Amino acid sequence: MTRIDDAFTDVRAARAAGRAPSRGVLAPFVVAGRPSLAALPDMLVAMERAGAGIVEIGIPFSDPIADGPVIAGAMHKALLDGVTPHTALEAIGAARDRVKMGLVAMVSVSIVQRLGAAAFCRECAAAGLDGVIFPDAPLEEAPRFTEPAREAGLDAVLLVAPSSPPERAAEIASMCSGFVYMLARAGLTGEREGAPDAAALRERVHAARAASGLPVACGFGISRPEHVRAILRQADADAAIVGSALVRRIEDGIGRGEDGAHAASAFVAELAAGLD
Amino acid sequence: MPNPTATTLPDARGRFGAYGGAFVPETLVGALRELAQAYDDARRDPAFQRELDRTLADFVGRPTPLCFAPRLTELAASRSKTGGAAQIWLKREDLCHTGAHKINNTMGQALLAKRMGRTRIIAETGAGQHGVASATAASRMGLSCDVYMGSEDARRQRLNVVRMRLMGARVIEVDSGSRTLKDATNEAMRDWMGSSDTTLYIIGSVVGPHPFPMIVRDFQSVIGREAREQCLREWNALPDCVVACVGGGSNAAGIFHPFAQDEGVALVGVEAGGRSTNAGDHAAPLAFGSPGVLHGSMSYVLQDEHGQTADVHSCSAGLDYPGVGPEHAYWKDAGRVRYTHVGDDAALDAFVAMSETEGIIPALETSHALAHAIDLAATMQPDQRVLVNLSGRGDKDVDEAARLLEARQKPAQ
Ligand SMILES: Cc1ncc(COP(=O)(O)O)c(C=O)c1O
Repeated sequence: MTRIDDAFTDVRAARAAGRAPSRGVLAPFVVAGRPSLAALPDMLVAMERAGAGIVEIGIPFSDPIADGPVIAGAMHKALLDGVTPHTALEAIGAARDRVKMGLVAMVSVSIVQRLGAAAFCRECAAAGLDGVIFPDAPLEEAPRFTEPAREAGLDAVLLVAPSSPPERAAEIASMCSGFVYMLARAGLTGEREGAPDAAALRERVHAARAASGLPVACGFGISRPEHVRAILRQADADAAIVGSALVRRIEDGIGRGEDGAHAASAFVAELAAGLD
Repeated sequence: MPNPTATTLPDARGRFGAYGGAFVPETLVGALRELAQAYDDARRDPAFQRELDRTLADFVGRPTPLCFAPRLTELAASRSKTGGAAQIWLKREDLCHTGAHKINNTMGQALLAKRMGRTRIIAETGAGQHGVASATAASRMGLSCDVYMGSEDARRQRLNVVRMRLMGARVIEVDSGSRTLKDATNEAMRDWMGSSDTTLYIIGSVVGPHPFPMIVRDFQSVIGREAREQCLREWNALPDCVVACVGGGSNAAGIFHPFAQDEGVALVGVEAGGRSTNAGDHAAPLAFGSPGVLHGSMSYVLQDEHGQTADVHSCSAGLDYPGVGPEHAYWKDAGRVRYTHVGDDAALDAFVAMSETEGIIPALETSHALAHAIDLAATMQPDQRVLVNLSGRGDKDVDEAARLLEARQKPAQ
C-alpha cells in the first residue's frame, strides 16, 4: 500500500461496498519555496493536522502556461529566491518523516526533460515523494514520463480535461496510477466565484473511475468549502484539489509577514468542512 | 524530384525526427486537433487555395520582387581578399503590405479562422510585425483581435503599437518575466486555453505545438516557391546560398523549405548573437542551446541546468526569443542547414550599410542576415549568387537604431 492508496482507504472501501464515501479526500496544492523552502515542513504538518489527505507540491517553473496569475506569480517569486527542483526536493525530503499523508510533485515536462526523466523520478522517490503529476504531458507524449516514474516506484498522474472526448479520457485515466486528475473546468488555474458544474462532471468522473479503477480527484477553480462539497457529493469525485485559493491566502499571509503555516492550515481547516 | 524530407514531415504526431510534437496541457489538445483537421481540409480545398492566392496577390502585394543589390555586392567585394564577391540578391519581403513576411502567415491563418467559424483572433508579438500583420488580417476580415506584447517590446517598437491600435486591435502589454516575446507567448497560450471555442490563436512563427510549426511553414513557403521560380527565370540557375535570419524561424523556414531538396543550394540561418556568447547575452538556441521543451514543442532551447527558460538578449525584438522552430532543430542535426550567429554590433553595421548602399532600410532582424551575407559573399566568387531573405523593412526600428548608434558614439565609461 502506498501513502496515496492509504489516503483513499475509506473511499475505496465504501466504493467496493457500493456506497458513496462518507468523507472524501482534500488535496491542497502549494508552491515549493513560498514563503520559503525552510517553511515547507511546518506548513505540511499544519496542513495534515487541518485535514489534508494528499498535498501537491508545485515545482516552480518560469513559464507555467496552464497557470493563472496567482500560481504563476508565486512560482516567479520562488524562482527569484533561487528555488530549484533540487532544493525543492531536498526540502520535501526534510519534511517527509514529519507527515504520513501522500506527497506528490506537480512539475512541467520542460523541467523533467531537462533533468532527464529517469534521474528526476529517482530523485523524487529518494526525497520520499509518492507520485508525480505531469500537467503538460498529453497522452501521446506521456509514456516517456510515466514509465520512468513507475520504474522509480512513483505513481504517475495525468490530467483529463472537460474537452477530452470520452474514449481519450478513458485512455488517459487508464495510464494514470495513484489517482486520476480531472479538471473541473476548462482554462487556467485560478479562483472562481461560482461552483463548478458538478452535475456535468459526475458522468465523467464515473467514466474515469471505471476506466482506471482509480480514485478520481477534481481540481481547477475549486476555491471554497461549498465547492469541495459539490465536487465530492454532486460530482461524486473521490478527492478535491484546491490550488489558487490556498496559494493566494499563503501569499497574503507572506504579505503580512507570516510563515505560511498559519494561513495554510487555517484555510485547509475551512475547506475540510466541505468534506462532510 | 520531390524530396521526401520536404514533403512528408512532420509525421502524424507532428514530429520532425526527434523534434516537434505537442507538449501541452490536455486542455489545449482538442483545439490543436480541430485546427489540424481544419487545416488539412483547407489545404485540399481548391476554393480555399484560390482565396488565399487572391488575397496574397491583391492585398499583400505578392509576388514580391527578386532584386539584385549591386552596391552591397561592391561593399562585400571591397572587403574580400580577392577583390571580388558573390552577387547579393534580395527577396523583397519588406515590400509585402505592412512591411514584413509575417502577413503571409496571418492572412492564411485568418482565412482558416473564418473557415472554422471563429470570430476572434489572438497573437503574440515581439517586434510588433506579427501583431501588425494579425491586426491587419483581422481588420480586413472583420475579426476581433487581441495582441499580447511584452512591455519592454512595446517600448522598443512603439510605432507598431500605434499601428495595431489604429487598425482596431487591442494591445495587451505583458509585464511578467522578461517582458518580451516569450512572456507574450505564454499569455496568448493562456488566453487560448479558455477561449478556443470562439478564438483562433495565430502564432507568429514556426514554433509552438503541432500543427503550428507546419501551418506557419506552409503559409510562409510562398516566399521560397516564388524565389525559386524567379531565380530559374532570371538566371536559369539556383542560388549558391540562401541566407535568412532566425528568430522563431518562420521567414527562414519559408524561404528554405522549397530549396531543401536542392542539394547544390547551401542554406544558412542566422541567429541573434546579441552582446556576447555568455548565457543571457544572446538569443541563439541553435548555436548555444540544447534540446528541450518550450511552448509545447521539443527543439533547441536556451534553458538553465534546471529547465528554467534562460534570459535572452538581442537588439532586435523579433529575434529576442529563447526557442526556435522544431524543423530548424531537425535541419541542424541533419546537416541540411548551417546555423550561425551575428551580434548586435555587426547587425547595426549592416543596418547602416544596407541603408546607405541600397536605399533600403532593413529591419534589425533582417540586418543579422545581411551582415552574414556580406561576409559570406566576400569569401565567394563573382559568378556565384547569395540570396538573402529581406524579411522586413526597418521603419519600426529607426528610433531604436538611432538610440543605439548614438550610444555608440559616446565614449565608453
Ligand atoms: C522583419 C522580421 N524578420 C524576422 C523576424 C523573426 O521571426 P522569424 O524567425 O519567425 O522569421 C521578425 C519577427 O518579428 C521580423 O519582424
